[in-house]
Amino acid sequence: MEQVFAGVSVQVNDEGYLTDFSQWTREVGEDMAQKEGITMTDKHWEVINYLQEQERNEVPLTIRKIGKSGVVNIKEFYALFPNGPLKVSSKIAGIPKPVSCI
Amino acid sequence: MKQLLILGAGTSGTMMSNHLRKTLPKKDWQITVVDHQENHYYQPGFLFLPFDIYKTSQLKKSIKKFIPKGVNLIQEKVELIDKDQDQVSLKNGEKLKYDILIIATGTDIAPREIEGMLGDHWQKSVFDFYTFDGARNLRNKLRKWDGGKLVVHISEMPIKCPVAPLEFAFLADSYFKNKKMRDKVDITFVTPVSGAFTKPKASKELNYLLEQKNIKIVPDFNIEKVDADNNKIVDYGGMEVEYDLLVTVPTNMGDDVIERSGFGDELNFVPTDKATLQTKVKDNIFAIGDATNIPASKAGSVAHFEAEILTENIQRYINGQELKQEFDGHANCFVETGDGKAILIDFNYTHEPTTGHYPFPNFGPLSLLKESHMNHLGKLAFRWIYWNMLITGKHIPFVSATMDTDGKDLEPEQEITH
Ligand SMILES: Cc1cc2nc3c(=O)[nH]c(=O)nc-3n(C[C@H](O)[C@H](O)[C@H](O)COP(=O)(O)OP(=O)(O)OC[C@H]3O[C@@H](n4cnc5c(N)ncnc54)[C@H](O)[C@@H]3O)c2cc1C
Repeated sequence: MEQVFAGVSVQVNDEGYLTDFSQWTREVGEDMAQKEGITMTDKHWEVINYLQEQERNEVPLTIRKIGKSGVVNIKEFYALFPNGPLKVSSKIAGIPKPVSCI
Repeated sequence: MKQLLILGAGTSGTMMSNHLRKTLPKKDWQITVVDHQENHYYQPGFLFLPFDIYKTSQLKKSIKKFIPKGVNLIQEKVELIDKDQDQVSLKNGEKLKYDILIIATGTDIAPREIEGMLGDHWQKSVFDFYTFDGARNLRNKLRKWDGGKLVVHISEMPIKCPVAPLEFAFLADSYFKNKKMRDKVDITFVTPVSGAFTKPKASKELNYLLEQKNIKIVPDFNIEKVDADNNKIVDYGGMEVEYDLLVTVPTNMGDDVIERSGFGDELNFVPTDKATLQTKVKDNIFAIGDATNIPASKAGSVAHFEAEILTENIQRYINGQELKQEFDGHANCFVETGDGKAILIDFNYTHEPTTGHYPFPNFGPLSLLKESHMNHLGKLAFRWIYWNMLITGKHIPFVSATMDTDGKDLEPEQEITH
């Protein structure tokens, strides 16, 4: 399905996650965040960069891993991305929805 | 004489010692197994013990009984694996050299990981059922409990036997109905996952059962702490759930020896190739069962399928052949749904659990992803199979290590991401 962010049309699945990461830009992320009610700050971007790097290295993401990342602790993570921070931040980062393993 | 060393004599280590004693020539290979425990526990029985369905004596037997003749058993704790020296140190100071190492140290609960979980209330109003002691103490508690808010809770994934907590909730419903006090008990299932199970299709089926049994579900709950003074659990987002009796599955972690040896992930699981079971630590170190980080369920059935493939790969490794990339994540679990019924699910890395029949296509007698009494009998029969066939490495007829797609109502294959 197609959706428009920051004036650009991108492919998303039925939960709103990008299906093609090459369509992601900072502007797309920023607009997605805004629609989730989040105003991006440097700290937000630091988390997004970390998530994207983990995804590139095929490391499965969990809340615990984020807490140990050195980027944010879990409390801060919830403060930055309220209501299901891992799901929300992954969406903004343009990566697939993390499935907590099996 | 070459040395093959197995760490852990639980489900996986015992199976491997039995398989390998049959396949490796006695004159060339000495096999040694190390485990500090005296007893081998039938862990799937921990689910039934709290409800007085099994007796404690049916769940533990001496480890020695299952280690075959010709295998050396050392009952001592493993302290360190020195991969550079190909050597393992034991707590009593003894050092063991190896040519091939198999790590089968499993996973255990780590309640210390959650703030407030341990304390005076531990095993009084906050219980686990993943250990023998926990399950037994919980049984004693339930025998005299007069009702209130029962919260069945998973701290974080992955955990071994991921369906066990849900089964616990179903069995609790049955148990209190039989005691004629279901109306006095309010059951809530609290999970960090978005539904009743991690695989969407099975989750749908299981959510429906929760509704039918009047069990509430609180999904997406990432626990921050147990507030025992106020009888509630609190999640990082500020959500709170009150309990009178909390039955939790604490964080599951690999043994400390993995961390001390410097190669575990953040939960002390051993980085392992998901198709060959060779570790990423060193070529002569393999891992099996709950101790690995592979994206398969942590279950005895998985360990059973892995054991067949690992036995072959150890032989290939010894012969200098390429390892078989054969393990497909095959898991096969009975899910007790209470009232004498169960569901059977069969899945692997790429196929979600689906409906159909097992092990014979179109016939069964077990039906996949549907409740039946036959499946419940299958689950109970598993205890006998476990003690008499599974851990002693006998082949279980009709059950293959890799998943069979015949008899299943499958949708096109798709990679499931973890
Ligand atoms: C409540 C519950 C229900 C379950 N139900 C099912 C089910 O229905 N079906 C199913 O297939 N599976 C089920 N399981 C899961 C199954 O029991 C495990 O997946 C299986 O036992 C894993 O085998 P393992 O050999 O990897 O680990 P384990 O059997 O746990 O063995 C690990 C061994 O290593 C030893 N060890 C650890 N560290 C050290 C050390 N440092 N030094 C020496 N020894 C050490 C331990 O003492 C232990 O004996 C259930 C588990 C639980 C808890």
